[in-house]
Amino acid sequence: MTDISAPARIDVLQTEYMALVRQRRLYGGLVLAIFALLMASGFYVADARNAGGFWEGLHRVGDYPAAVISEAWEKRAELPANLVKFFPALVETLNIAAVSTLLGAIFGLIFALLSTRGLARWPRLVPLFRRLMDIMRAIPEIVIALVLIFMLGGGPVPAMLAIAIHTTGALGKLFSEVAENADLKPVDGLASVGANWTQRMLLGVIPQVAPNFLSYALLRFEINIRASAILGFVGAGGLGYELKNSMSWGPGEFDEAAAIFLLLFGAIVVFDQISSRYRNRLTEGRLA
Amino acid sequence: MTAADLTLAKHDATRIFARKRMIGFAVPVVILAYLAYIFIAFDIGGLLQRMRPENAVTLASDSWSYKVHVERSHRTGDIAYSIEGERKGEYPEGTHPDWVETGDITTVTLPHGHLVRLLPDNRTEYVVPGFGTVEAHFDGAAIVTNLPDPPPDWASVSDRRVAMLTEGGRITITRSKTEIFRYFPGWELFFFTLESPYYGHSFYDIVFGEQWDPTRGNIAGAAHDFWRNPMWRHADVAWAIGETILMAFLGTFGAAMVALPLGFLAAKRFSPFMAVRFTFRRIFDFVRGVDALIWTIVLSRAFGPGPLTGSLAILLTDTGTFGKLFSEALENVDDKQIEGVASTGAKPLQRYRFGVIPQVVPVLLSQVLYFFESNTRSATIIGAITGGGIGLLLTQAIQTQKDWEEVAYYIILVVLMVMAMDSLSGWLRAKLIGGR
Repeated sequence: MTDISAPARIDVLQTEYMALVRQRRLYGGLVLAIFALLMASGFYVADARNAGGFWEGLHRVGDYPAAVISEAWEKRAELPANLVKFFPALVETLNIAAVSTLLGAIFGLIFALLSTRGLARWPRLVPLFRRLMDIMRAIPEIVIALVLIFMLGGGPVPAMLAIAIHTTGALGKLFSEVAENADLKPVDGLASVGANWTQRMLLGVIPQVAPNFLSYALLRFEINIRASAILGFVGAGGLGYELKNSMSWGPGEFDEAAAIFLLLFGAIVVFDQISSRYRNRLTEGRLA
Repeated sequence: MTAADLTLAKHDATRIFARKRMIGFAVPVVILAYLAYIFIAFDIGGLLQRMRPENAVTLASDSWSYKVHVERSHRTGDIAYSIEGERKGEYPEGTHPDWVETGDITTVTLPHGHLVRLLPDNRTEYVVPGFGTVEAHFDGAAIVTNLPDPPPDWASVSDRRVAMLTEGGRITITRSKTEIFRYFPGWELFFFTLESPYYGHSFYDIVFGEQWDPTRGNIAGAAHDFWRNPMWRHADVAWAIGETILMAFLGTFGAAMVALPLGFLAAKRFSPFMAVRFTFRRIFDFVRGVDALIWTIVLSRAFGPGPLTGSLAILLTDTGTFGKLFSEALENVDDKQIEGVASTGAKPLQRYRFGVIPQVVPVLLSQVLYFFESNTRSATIIGAITGGGIGLLLTQAIQTQKDWEEVAYYIILVVLMVMAMDSLSGWLRAKLIGGR
């Protein structure tokens, strides 16, 4: 019985398999086609709504950097003086990033512990703290910064608070994912000897998760340096603010712009390198 | 174990404890010292003095309320009514809010028993419960009031300008005009402006009620008037949000498309020449290090303001990031699958297609989708710099310092947009890669 129908069954299987493959290819092709269509029409719309078109602008991309570089090269004798002049602005940008990362990490840690199941101080409030973190993460820094600039005036503090709020939300989420995987035995042990919640967290959870937390906080510091430079551009102090000023002068002050570009680029690269080296050490140290 | 060993171990343990204790104290001390330095460096003491709490009050009260202006011109004696003092919110000629009585004497009723009478000859009477009646008039040279000297703390008086701010509302008298502001909760004219025939009608009325405008159907007309609302500009806002999402979309996926082939060239396994690898890695580092801010500035010089500039800035920065991430993912590919595919006689290209791509696609796709969500936020900021999308509308609304309810509206929209993109990218990740 079986040997008679076996070839037929294989045939059926094969046609079914080929049908599935065809269907899969069709779906894959459809998704690709829709994606390509979206990209093309999106590019077309963006091109149409831009002040200058893509093709007219393409050959001018190099003009501005060339102008800046040639002027900076002519005035290269002034470069060290300019670097010194804008160094305080760089320090301010880095300080904004550092303080906001520090505050964000501290509050993110508290929020994370309060919103992790099994560790939360008030288990019923876990969803509340999660939503709070979602909202803090969702509000772009610029929104908070602009509102705070209106209330506090320009300067580094609005940027610092804005980035700190966003960092709290972002780190809180990552921290709580790490804390979820923490071993609860030390916590139980501490609870059995009568430790209160703060002691359980400080002595039972934080030592377990500290390397991971530090590594995330360092990554966030890299991101925050960029964010604090950008926020300076809308009036929140630091390198971005100086850059905006020197750019509004136009040609003749390009040497200053070049110095600021150099400082910003250098700072980003240096801190990226330091932090990635240290992060590697942290994660390797954890494995060892 | 001898006694000497034990003493040694105890000594070691004590030392470690002492060190831990030191660190336990040192870390908070260092943090506090740093914060103290910041307190001075950022001049927080001076900031607390310079901050403008009244701005916060304006922001907090204006973002959920609107005011109706009653304005009398001292030159002509005409009285005009408008919402938020905007031309687009003016009451049509001959109409007025129902809390105003017109006639020889115009009486404006304010909450909490406050009352303003606009009398002929540019005279004004303001009845303040518990205080009495304030009389003021402009005699052609100066503003004369019966307010005592010094005036009560809710009023400020000079020859040129008298301003009173009470729980009933706000009244300002200048040489040219008398203005009364009455505050109401809510966002007025959010759906229709006053000239629209659908203003003041409920949703039910519009859908099922009589035809308000003889030339067009109710639903089509209402949709048109809502969409073209000149005060809230819903159409423009929707476009702006679309532009912001478009910037993020083009930037992220464009970067992914550029970075995928370059990632192969920078991965040790697929790129045999050290020089090529090294060059591409340095290019990635450079593009990433220059940062979106500088790219935005450079590109906006070439392409002018608009969404294209923003997308290209995101594209360039993310090409660097993706190139690095992709090449790392490609280096961690498992050899067994490639060998398996090769054992069936596959050519190199087929080996990549069936041995490598299926392994890396889930990783790459999840990274790209994660960046898509975070780039929606970046696009808002870049839009504020290069001039496009909701970021531009938001900065403009904040810088004019007038329509805080619009600012609140934009902020809510931005937050909703980011949350929607977050869920969309999460949903796509789950659909394409399988839930994790």
